Amino acid sequence: MSSPASSVAPVAISVRDIHKSFGPIEVLKGISLDAREGEVVSILGSSGSGKSTLLRCINMLETPDRGAVTVAGETIEMLAAGNGKSRPRDRAQVDRIRSRLGMVFQSFNLWSHKTVLENVIEAPIHVQKRPRAECIEEAEALLAKVGIAAKRNHYPAHLSGGQQQRAAIARALAMRPAVMLFDEPTSALDPELVGEVLRVMRALAEEGRTMLVVTHEMGFARDVSSRVIFLHQGQIEEDGRPDEVFGNAKSERFRRFIKA
Amino acid sequence: MTQPGILELLSFGPDGWGNILLAGAMMTILIALSGYATGAVIGVLGAWAKVRGGPVTRLVADVYTTVLRGIPDLLVIYLLYFGGSAAISAVGHLFGAEGFIGFPGFLAGMLAVGITSGAQHTEVFRGAFRAVQPGEIEAAIACGMPRWLRFRRIVAPLTLRHALPGLGNVWQVVLKESALVSITGVAELLRQSQVAAGSTGLPFDFYLIAGGIYLAISTVSSAVLHRAEHHFSRGVRRN
Amino acid sequence: MDWTFLQETFVSLISAVPLTLLLAVNAIAFGAVLAVGIAVARFSAIAPLRWLAQAYVFVFRGTPLLVQLFIIYYGLSQFPAIRHSPLWPILREPYWCAVLALALNTAAYASEIVRGGLLSVPFGQIEAARACGMSRFMIFRRITLPLGVRQALPGYGNEMISMVKATSLASIITLMEVTGVAARIISESYRAIEVFVVAGAIYLTINFLLTRLVQLVEFRLSPHLRQPVAVLPAIIEGEAH
Repeated sequence: MSSPASSVAPVAISVRDIHKSFGPIEVLKGISLDAREGEVVSILGSSGSGKSTLLRCINMLETPDRGAVTVAGETIEMLAAGNGKSRPRDRAQVDRIRSRLGMVFQSFNLWSHKTVLENVIEAPIHVQKRPRAECIEEAEALLAKVGIAAKRNHYPAHLSGGQQQRAAIARALAMRPAVMLFDEPTSALDPELVGEVLRVMRALAEEGRTMLVVTHEMGFARDVSSRVIFLHQGQIEEDGRPDEVFGNAKSERFRRFIKA
Repeated sequence: MTQPGILELLSFGPDGWGNILLAGAMMTILIALSGYATGAVIGVLGAWAKVRGGPVTRLVADVYTTVLRGIPDLLVIYLLYFGGSAAISAVGHLFGAEGFIGFPGFLAGMLAVGITSGAQHTEVFRGAFRAVQPGEIEAAIACGMPRWLRFRRIVAPLTLRHALPGLGNVWQVVLKESALVSITGVAELLRQSQVAAGSTGLPFDFYLIAGGIYLAISTVSSAVLHRAEHHFSRGVRRN
Repeated sequence: MDWTFLQETFVSLISAVPLTLLLAVNAIAFGAVLAVGIAVARFSAIAPLRWLAQAYVFVFRGTPLLVQLFIIYYGLSQFPAIRHSPLWPILREPYWCAVLALALNTAAYASEIVRGGLLSVPFGQIEAARACGMSRFMIFRRITLPLGVRQALPGYGNEMISMVKATSLASIITLMEVTGVAARIISESYRAIEVFVVAGAIYLTINFLLTRLVQLVEFRLSPHLRQPVAVLPAIIEGEAH
């Protein structure tokens, strides 16, 4: 269900020729990818294909060796650091851009010493310096939206995995991000809890959020996303609308991948 | 001569030792608190050196904790008390003072307790930092928190919560260790008990009373620490 | 650097090492026996015995060792009955008072370590011994104690190091062990740093050797963690007879 706007909407995030090596292993071999506003891009690939590393390079949790990342028109400035690596020129710029990217982790990573509500208002108040009352109001609306308003004063340890992940999604949304990044958001969940998280993600897609989703959920990739990318050994092997990619894949490897 | 009963010994009147022992107990708490605080500062620096330091600072921190684990605390007190006096006297002579100038026993005691407990604080803080889930720190990075904000809002509170049980143990050790400071003549609980024992000829009674007071302080503080731990550990998983 | 002074200090301090070691060895030996007794008492079916052991641990861990030492060395002489008892020749000696105080103190800490070790013995192994028809005492002696001791050894090693350090308190009741001699040299020479360095090095050496010794015992007591040795042929030969 590729959105008709996707070809005309402005580019929300642009990744140009990203390279990344860990020691002798080259994990990303020059990945380029643009996502327009409202696009939902599912990134598929077997483990070791570099899909999580790609997501982590976008918000500089891993520093790419080479390449450029542009978020909402602002490009992260990089300096060459010798030995073929590079590093951001300005930490403050990286932090500013990170606060425009909502990251959802595989293992939730909620702050265990803060309640659900405190988790959600932490960054808006302290990073974006928005007024506390406004942040609380917005946080409560977001918690209601992901369906855990009743748990607002609970600590993460007392929540199920699915509830924790929904709280983590609310925490990421609270920063009013330009793009949401999901790093295998359902992989750490018991099977019966996957559905509640996917439902929330589907609702976000339907309201027109820009999302990059690294996932193993074929159903989500096929039915919800507007575009599917298949990564193999650090390179993009398939890229297109879900009906094209799933219906008529050029790559033999991808056909085997979806059968497995 | 009949022996005075324990209530007379402890009374606050002119013949009782109550106020003197009470003052001694206060001094004991003061030494323990100031030594503990000194040790905590050293511990934060030591843990930082071990976790984030370069090879040299790490080596210095490792040597510090290894040495302090292996030598008697009393030796450290002697070093600071006598060494401090020698240093002050030497400085005094430069300015024309004569003879021997004593190093304040309280300061020597506080520093000695601080230096010895600092080694334990270092290990407690380091272990607590290790116990913080890396993902929670990564989530803070991903939100765009700058380093100092991240430390203040996420890393420090989480580390402190994991450190609380260990910090309680160190406090109990420090409290008992403060009794060694009596050899410098500081009027803390054991020193005052010695004075009372000497002038009444009742060492058994007074040392027993002193032991009881130490036990009371340690019991009360352990109850307080327990409640604090309970209060601050909400939501923190321990395994 | 004044090498003659360092050398003289070293010679004086080394001659005090035997007393330090003697205090430590005696205290650890007596303390270990008492510790096992207290640990066993804490598992006793007789409630007052349990309470007594618990109270003992609470009191001796909750008060400074120096206070315990003073009660024994200065306090006991207050009572004529003790001064006239046959124990007096021992209790008036600072050496035995120090050994007694150190042993009573370490027993409290060590009993907790032993208790933890005994608690860690898997119940299945005790049940297996019971199934073999072993008596309760035999199970304790042959199964629970050896397994528990091996488990408790690292913690007990730390307690032994604490005891070596604690022998320094004997200097306060006039004994001339390493710290006592060090304090005397410092107060005569006012050269605290040099003396501290030499005395510290001696304590570090003792504790380093002690640590290695504990590691060696740990190794000997953990055959299941070692490389397997080829004993199979011997067993097969034995069976062939």
